[in-house]
Amino acid sequence: MVATHVVESKAPMLEQTNDLAEAETTNVEPAEKSTKITSEDVCVYYGEKQALFGIDLEIPENSVTSLIGPSGCGKSTYLRCINRMNDVIDICRVTGTIKIDGKDIYDPSLDVVELRARIGMVFQKPNPFPKSIYDNIAYGPRIHGLTSNKAELDELVENSLIKAGLWNEVKDRLSGPGTGLSGGQQQRLCIARAIATKPEVILMDEPCSALDPIATATIEELIDELRSNYTIVIVTHSMQQAARVSQRTAFFHLGKIIEEGETTQIFTNPQNEKTQDYITGRFG
Amino acid sequence: MEVQEEMSKDLSTHSAAVKRRMSQRLKKRQAAEKRFQFYGLAAIFIGMMFLVILFTTIIGKGWPAFLQTSVLVNVNLDPEIIDPTGERNVDKMMQANYTKIARQGLYAELGGKPKNRRDRKLMHNLLSRGVDVQIRDAVIADPSLIGKTVPIWLYAHGNVDALLKGAIDRNTDNSSRLVKDKQIAWMDKLVAEDKMVKRFNWGLFTHPASSQPETAGLGVALIGTFFMVIIVLLLAIPIGVAAAVYLEEFAPKNRITDVIEVNINNLAAVPSIVFGLLGLAVFINFMGLPRSGSIVGGLVLALMTLPTIIIATRAALRAVSPSIREGAYGVGASKMQTIFHHVLPLAFPGIMTGTIIGIVQAVGETAPLLMIGMVAFVQDFPTTPMEPATALPVQIYMWATSAERGFVERTAGATMVLLAGLFILNAAAVYLRRKYERKW
Repeated sequence: MVATHVVESKAPMLEQTNDLAEAETTNVEPAEKSTKITSEDVCVYYGEKQALFGIDLEIPENSVTSLIGPSGCGKSTYLRCINRMNDVIDICRVTGTIKIDGKDIYDPSLDVVELRARIGMVFQKPNPFPKSIYDNIAYGPRIHGLTSNKAELDELVENSLIKAGLWNEVKDRLSGPGTGLSGGQQQRLCIARAIATKPEVILMDEPCSALDPIATATIEELIDELRSNYTIVIVTHSMQQAARVSQRTAFFHLGKIIEEGETTQIFTNPQNEKTQDYITGRFG
Repeated sequence: MEVQEEMSKDLSTHSAAVKRRMSQRLKKRQAAEKRFQFYGLAAIFIGMMFLVILFTTIIGKGWPAFLQTSVLVNVNLDPEIIDPTGERNVDKMMQANYTKIARQGLYAELGGKPKNRRDRKLMHNLLSRGVDVQIRDAVIADPSLIGKTVPIWLYAHGNVDALLKGAIDRNTDNSSRLVKDKQIAWMDKLVAEDKMVKRFNWGLFTHPASSQPETAGLGVALIGTFFMVIIVLLLAIPIGVAAAVYLEEFAPKNRITDVIEVNINNLAAVPSIVFGLLGLAVFINFMGLPRSGSIVGGLVLALMTLPTIIIATRAALRAVSPSIREGAYGVGASKMQTIFHHVLPLAFPGIMTGTIIGIVQAVGETAPLLMIGMVAFVQDFPTTPMEPATALPVQIYMWATSAERGFVERTAGATMVLLAGLFILNAAAVYLRRKYERKW
């Protein structure tokens, strides 16, 4: 029921080609928030090729920060630095520092597995495990030992699904396959999976690019709800989406941050000419 | 916009010549497509035809091997012959003259002992030389039969069997025929009385090696093949899968791993006889494992199967969608957990398929077994892999080189058994793949 309601309320908005005005009114930040993630001079190399050039960025707590920019500009690469997903790629090398709550995540004494439990991630293409819906959610808590008995785990699974707005749709088929859901439901399942490990930060890499507008609207509504408890960083190709869901926006181009600031300011009064060109659709 | 308009104008105003050229091109392309499809169909048809020819030949030649002519003889288990002292000593009973008992039974069936020595010999030759073992086994299994007259189905001689199956033509001249006129007359009498019948040949599966086709069976070969398959399963799967997982997931990509990879791929193409030589040199000469033992065969075949399993497993691991790995890493799974919880289960069908293909290859392999002495005349059933044994394909090879009529059909029959085994293994592979295949 929750989901259908959301769809109805969001659908008309989607028809607008440019809802920046609305974004202005809904996304005003009342007060300055403390910084959750600090990046200083982050450079990333894939073998010989440098992908990021000295990224400095501060991401505030309990808010949505969107990373926008043309394809290949390094925004996904940066996102994957935050949970050290780039470690998986052999030829990838990261320099500079990224701190979460003041602690360097590239500190050799830090356990990357523990870090990834604290930083959930949602991917471009919904990628539920080929297991049951229940097991999809329960996997993270199980491997980290977050719950001590079945009842607690059941509760955690239910809560995660409720937070991801999926509970009502799947509560009767928790043992059914996660891959049997629709695309939008699968993506919300992935969000629930990310929430289940009780992260502080959720990284989203173009979470709606494989979804239809209705499913997109549901996810966006969800992101807006999650923001009160989580720090969310979202990579998106849709400027409307950035404007709708985020409070801060960083514009990436050719591996550098061209401009970064409050979303309303970036979209209404960009300081840099390239930003202006990009958000008005002149390139990218 | 302007460019587009120009183009559309251009398209609509093609000259007649251009239009004709285009339609000709189109026809040519369609003809080429049809031709290509025809080639494909023809290739499949030719392949199927060869397969049908192969199967009809093998089955046509092999099915008589599953039937064995036997003679129902009422044998008098005379205690005077079997156990004159009455002490029921098994060792002594083993040595009694059971052939005499069989022959006396046969005389009774055919109206008395022939006076002529030559006729007696002809009558004796109606029965297989292995009938004494049949009677002996029956007596040893149940000593209470001693002193009674019991009907027992005794194997007919290989030539008798061949004549009844039509392999020997009864219309040829008596002098050049292996079965003489007198014998044929006796046979016809027995057949008319339903005392000479073709019965299902269980012996084909249970008997050990024998120089007479009617008592030769695949027993030892089946046990040897079974031991070898078990050894291959136990060795090649764990080693192969572990090597593949390490190489694919953990090993750094450098020159050493490149060399290893190239060598594994090359090993898969090494002629199997080379593995036999290796087995001879390493396992028998150096390690001193018993010659002809199925342990050596199993080790050699395991080595031979390893590259196939490693290559198949690596391909299966590589085919697992990276998004699943990312998802697992994303919720904080370690590399080990990601591989064991997500990647391996998804790769399992592919690994199974590769493994079974490897094992099917190993089961059908003859050449390496020749090198390690598994081409042997083994009459004792092996109870451990250390004892001498043969294998199915080797048994086929040995029967194919035997001269007797009966071995021709047995060669084809054994081939059918081997093919049936391989077919079952393949069916198992398909079943397992279907069962564990999951979509993501």
